[in-house]
Amino acid sequence: METYRTSVMLCGGTGCIAGGSLKLKKALDEEIKRRDLQKEVNVVLTGCNGFCAEGPVMTVYPDDIFYEKVTVADVPVIVEEHFIKGRPVGRLMYKEPVKKQTIPLMREIPFFSLQVLRALRNKGLIDAEKIDEYIARDGYQAAAKALTEMTSEQVVNEIKASGLRGRGGAGFPTGMKWEFCSKVKGEQKYILCNGDEGDPGAFMDRSVMEADPHVVLEGMIIGAKAIGANKGFIYVRAEYPLAVHRLQLAIAQAKEYGLLGNNIFGTGFNLDIEIYLGAGAFVCGEETALMRSLEGKRGMPRPRPPFPAVKGLWDCPTVLNNVETYANIPQIILNGADWYKTLGTEKSTGTKVFALSGAISNIGLIEVPMGIPLRKIIFDIGGGVPKGRKFKAVQLGGPSGGCIPEHLLDTPVTYEDIVQTGAIVGSGGMVVMNDLNCMVSVAKFFLEFTAEESCGKCPPCRVGTTLMLDLLTKITEGKGLETDIELLQDMSLDIIATSLCGLGQTAPNPVLTTIKYFRDEYESHIKEKWCKTGVCKELCTFYIDEEKCKACGACKRVCPQSAVAGEKKVAHRIDQSKCIQCRSCYEACKFDSVKIGPRSMRETVENITDQSALRDKMIETLAGKEE
Amino acid sequence: MSRLTVDDLKRIKDQQKATFTLREGGSRVKVTVHMGTCGIAAGARKVMEALLDEINKSNVSDVAVTTSGCAGLCSKEPMATVELLNAAPVKYGSLNEEKMRKIFQDHILNGHPVEEYALVVGSETAY
Repeated sequence: METYRTSVMLCGGTGCIAGGSLKLKKALDEEIKRRDLQKEVNVVLTGCNGFCAEGPVMTVYPDDIFYEKVTVADVPVIVEEHFIKGRPVGRLMYKEPVKKQTIPLMREIPFFSLQVLRALRNKGLIDAEKIDEYIARDGYQAAAKALTEMTSEQVVNEIKASGLRGRGGAGFPTGMKWEFCSKVKGEQKYILCNGDEGDPGAFMDRSVMEADPHVVLEGMIIGAKAIGANKGFIYVRAEYPLAVHRLQLAIAQAKEYGLLGNNIFGTGFNLDIEIYLGAGAFVCGEETALMRSLEGKRGMPRPRPPFPAVKGLWDCPTVLNNVETYANIPQIILNGADWYKTLGTEKSTGTKVFALSGAISNIGLIEVPMGIPLRKIIFDIGGGVPKGRKFKAVQLGGPSGGCIPEHLLDTPVTYEDIVQTGAIVGSGGMVVMNDLNCMVSVAKFFLEFTAEESCGKCPPCRVGTTLMLDLLTKITEGKGLETDIELLQDMSLDIIATSLCGLGQTAPNPVLTTIKYFRDEYESHIKEKWCKTGVCKELCTFYIDEEKCKACGACKRVCPQSAVAGEKKVAHRIDQSKCIQCRSCYEACKFDSVKIGPRSMRETVENITDQSALRDKMIETLAGKEE
Repeated sequence: MSRLTVDDLKRIKDQQKATFTLREGGSRVKVTVHMGTCGIAAGARKVMEALLDEINKSNVSDVAVTTSGCAGLCSKEPMATVELLNAAPVKYGSLNEEKMRKIFQDHILNGHPVEEYALVVGSETAY
């Protein structure tokens, strides 16, 4: 087999592919061939590297040089300078945002160096479409161990001892789920994988499926052994075409190798796995709804008990785990529960993958030990809030989660501690918000989502979320009443208490946490008709503090309405009749002289304008007299 | 491909070992072939090919091969530097394919620098 002196690991995750990494791959292959290096340098398309904000990215081994935002035009330079002459191309390397220092080596970039990879251990290291590369990184050895050396009970006990909890959001102990199901008698059992990732801003499962599809299969084989299932389904949303493609390839390869099918490893154990495409309904991430959808029915939850471990898919005993949960299983079987528990806290063991998005410098995918403080994730790994803006809150757990304010940033990320704040760890979406975000609008955004995605089966969720959304809309339009805050809280508690499934039971969380931590914003919306961030257009007035204005023209240039009047050395002024409250001037001003006032200021500002116009006129008249 | 056995997993892993040692950064020896314009003109590509050929033939998995620019001693090109873990780097000059193969056998595989081809022990400090 050929050994290449240099391996170029080019990211082929959805983000980087959108940024052009397939074109890059072609250009690299062509240029390498043109320089006759095809036997020395090898370009591998990997799964998501995680540093999506800097994409397309690539890492060059053995040097460990990391290149970001690579374009096709850079390819000849990289080949000539780096691959032939051994001079890495400085301008394509990562630059530390504060000191602008170049960091050439991937392992020294804080975004990477502070992570601990377990579920994502193969990301960027293997070609996701080659089973041999997965096997080279100890792939399928855990499955072999579980099938040939362990009993079902031993597998269950190992997972139970590891303390692994479901990574889909609720955090139920995986080992216990497996134990319930393994003890239920049944001719036919099913092992299911939940790849119906639906939280806005979350892409952990997609990345695992794209970067390392075989780990999902291996986790499922081990789970099937534990509960005694011989048939599995992976439920993936159809919006994830690349994940589906790679999973299909992986299943075909595993079948060819006899790792799926009949008599695996000659042990007499059988397992078939199929992919089922979901249509993208959020509620189908809920286990009972997912199973109905798999049966070909409308995806709606049903009451529990009976739990799926007893009566699940087609009323057979069924275990459903999340993609990331499965990605942890082979490592636990190979290295043991004690090894797994070396990271994390007593009740939240191991690592968790998070998707960072929103107002954060390093948008991307990270894996960290549980128990790490939020502050470390956001500021050290995530690089903080860009453009000199201030941190305001971080939203954890998507539409089911909540907003955590700055003073709670030292909260360790564990299932128990995060619940204390009112949010949940959830599946791992972390949306960072800066001082330009209006928290009432944020709550409204998430409620819009859940109201839209509610399946409609139970009234508390169907009617309740719509009523709450109406109230929030009223508040953002300036029609809120002082009693509305209490009404929102009341309704929230009722919806949580009476909804059938997790969707409704958690939908009010974003509203409750924003009221808890940002009540002043609700109050100023209602009482003063003032959205201090200028997001709610009906509740703000943009004006320029003429004392502070340096007359630089920045606001004038960005105004789409030409509502800013002024010239050099003359303080600028916003014409309220033209202003559409788009906030462009506010964001463009470097001197903090564009201000946001309450709605009622619009008339006052108009008057000021009139008065000074009057004064101008007087000066004019006086000057005329002197002549 | 027939059904895999547990031993097959190990076999496939071993086949891929060289590639992955390099990606995971676990190499024991680093060989730098100097590939400046002078080096290439003097035949550094041939030296590189000979080295890669030896690595493939011997099936070792812990040798990292990199390139670098001109080493500043253009009259002695092609040149290469061999760095064994925990040992001082050795620079070789005026190489050809034959010499490279001997260096591979004696120095890289067996740890004995080939003194007659060596220019110097140690290296200048670089970035």
